[in-house]
Amino acid sequence: MDPVYLDNNATTRTDPRVVETMLPFFTEQFGNASSMHAFGAQVGDALGKARKQLQALLGAEFDHEIVYTSGGTEADNAAILSALETQVGRDEIITSAVEHPAVLSLLAHLEKIGRAKVHIIGVDSMGRLDMEAFSEALSPATAIVSIMWANNETGTIFPVEQLAGLAHRVGALFHTDAVQAVGKLPIDLSSSQIDMLSLSGHKLHGPKGIGALYVRKGVRFRPLIRGGHQERGRRAGTENVPGIIGLGKAAELALEYMAEEQTRVAALRDRLEKGLLQRIGNSFVTGDPSSRLPNTSNVAFEYIEGEAILLLMNREGIAASSGSACTSGSLEPSHVLRAMNVPYTAAHGAIRFSFSRENTDTDVDRVIEAMPPIIERLREMSPFWRERDKQAAGFNPTYA
Amino acid sequence: MWEYSEKVKDYFFNPKNSGVLEGADGVGDVGAISCGDALRLMIKVDEPTQTITDARFQTFGCGSAIASSSALTEIIIGKTIDEALRISNQDIADFLGGLPPEKMHCSVMGYEALQAAVANYRGETWVDDHEEGALICKCFGIDEAMIERTVRSNGLTKVEEITNFTKAGGGCSTCAEGIEGVLERVNAEMVAEGVLAPEMAFNPQAYVRPVKEKKVVPLETVLAAAPQPEPEVRPEPAPSPAAMTTLQKIRLIEETIEQIRPSLQRDGGDCELIDVDGNRVMVRLTGACVGCHLSSATIEGVQARLVEAVGVPLLVVPATPMH
Ligand SMILES: Cc1ncc(COP(=O)(O)O)c(C=O)c1O
Repeated sequence: MDPVYLDNNATTRTDPRVVETMLPFFTEQFGNASSMHAFGAQVGDALGKARKQLQALLGAEFDHEIVYTSGGTEADNAAILSALETQVGRDEIITSAVEHPAVLSLLAHLEKIGRAKVHIIGVDSMGRLDMEAFSEALSPATAIVSIMWANNETGTIFPVEQLAGLAHRVGALFHTDAVQAVGKLPIDLSSSQIDMLSLSGHKLHGPKGIGALYVRKGVRFRPLIRGGHQERGRRAGTENVPGIIGLGKAAELALEYMAEEQTRVAALRDRLEKGLLQRIGNSFVTGDPSSRLPNTSNVAFEYIEGEAILLLMNREGIAASSGSACTSGSLEPSHVLRAMNVPYTAAHGAIRFSFSRENTDTDVDRVIEAMPPIIERLREMSPFWRERDKQAAGFNPTYA
Repeated sequence: MWEYSEKVKDYFFNPKNSGVLEGADGVGDVGAISCGDALRLMIKVDEPTQTITDARFQTFGCGSAIASSSALTEIIIGKTIDEALRISNQDIADFLGGLPPEKMHCSVMGYEALQAAVANYRGETWVDDHEEGALICKCFGIDEAMIERTVRSNGLTKVEEITNFTKAGGGCSTCAEGIEGVLERVNAEMVAEGVLAPEMAFNPQAYVRPVKEKKVVPLETVLAAAPQPEPEVRPEPAPSPAAMTTLQKIRLIEETIEQIRPSLQRDGGDCELIDVDGNRVMVRLTGACVGCHLSSATIEGVQARLVEAVGVPLLVVPATPMH
């Protein structure tokens, strides 16, 4: 039986058409774009085309607003560190409690070494940003606001355009980690106020190890990585040519499939959720159903633990992921679900299903069929299951 | 993905003795749902021989928690109570062919459940050492006695090991200091008892605890303290050519090129000084300048600026780009 892959927020399969586009750049066209000969020139042309393809996906006004990086993590680091350097006299940073570690770990470090004061804005039980706290945190000392476009665990979408506007009122820069949004949501940066935006190739059927930071024209920037003069001096190091070409092709395909993502993929996701909630009691969907990525579903199964669920799913050939402590090597359950105050009874048993355009109706049928016995089996083993009424007193799922 | 041994996988996928044991003689509950794992161990004891004749478990937790619970029941069935009480958490892990270090706490949970179940059978309340000493880790409810026992029975000498075995310090980590204190004391006692080599013992002097201070240092202080990676461009008046040393000349060339660079960068190019050999100035043009028909014009432009600034005849030559 074919495996069912529903962990596309972790990474996607590189589209075969992307691989095909990349291959010549390992073999015939291996030149360095900076070289002064035909090998270099060929590559230079291809890089220019790839840049245009990514520009189109982002709706950016200028192609040189794109700075290629090694991925989302580097783009996040580059954006925040640059802002601290260019925003002289400002040393406060505002972020949300549900960011990816690429942002949160960096900010914790900056705070630890006394380089910045960090305001972490909380979320409500659906993962929506506390707008009041956000507005209060803004001040003339704010160097940068870094708030993700869409959450990787729950899919909840933040109102980034509105947040960017508020940030600008106090003269702060606005950066968004759009790693999960790019390729899944229509984006038009030319009509946006966002100053910087991070994206990553491997989340949109592109290759791993390539990403980009969009830096709006006119926004001052200091490179994270210094050396040669690639990327107009904004990111040194010989270009990852196959990666950039692959990201370009992936961007072109993402644009082509954008409508499908909003319709067919979203419908698959919805059917899965409905099927699971109908068949499995004491389970509920986390996140904001009214403002969510079309491909993401995070379902919490109460009284059981996520890693155990994933191991049993894996045996059925189904791949998903869990915010459970046990899978991550940390001992606390997902910081995202904790920030949303999802009760411990459920946070440990939350499973994220994330779709892509490669998923089918059969995948959904398989999961709907496989999950109930898995959940039941673990619940039968759990000492809390039979005593749940005592445990669950006062607990109300956000929606079911 | 964790690297579980075949035996762990087998005990997870095909757990033996799971479920409720009707008419159990002793029941031990440890853990809590908030911790992410909890175990209820139920035992049946043959009164005259004090032998455990049956054991079952119910576990909320990850794969290795379920496997450890099941392994525990297999280990203790057929043993006398006294024999069973001598089983350590390490015995449970060994039975399973080892556990990943981050999962050792699952075996500790098994050990504790057994102690609790036996106490319950004997009509005692288990001297739950979670309540015996001062609570060290509030996130996971781990106290001093528990840390001490785990340190002793596993010969631990590092804070991270304690976290892996007991979870203590794995949450908010504000108890790091408390854990260090216990580790230092217990290791010192172990050295005195001759069960630990002195050089192995935890040494607080050599250990750097991550600082959690929230102090905002003004930007200027940080910048002043930081090493300056880029030399400042100071527009100094050019010294007269006759008085100029070679070093001064090179500095001046460097500074002039730094002044030219922004205008090249605006066009997507750049210029870098490679070497100065007498009156030959080697530069590397990069970015849009390379292969550009105007690159010779750029070289000439750079040369004109340099001659003007330095006041001596110079020949600017492009270095071949190398990557
Ligand atoms: C929201 C978010 N930001 C950043 C990253 C990191 O991206 P990358 O793996 O390209 O460094 C991820 C991916 O895990 C992500 O989901």
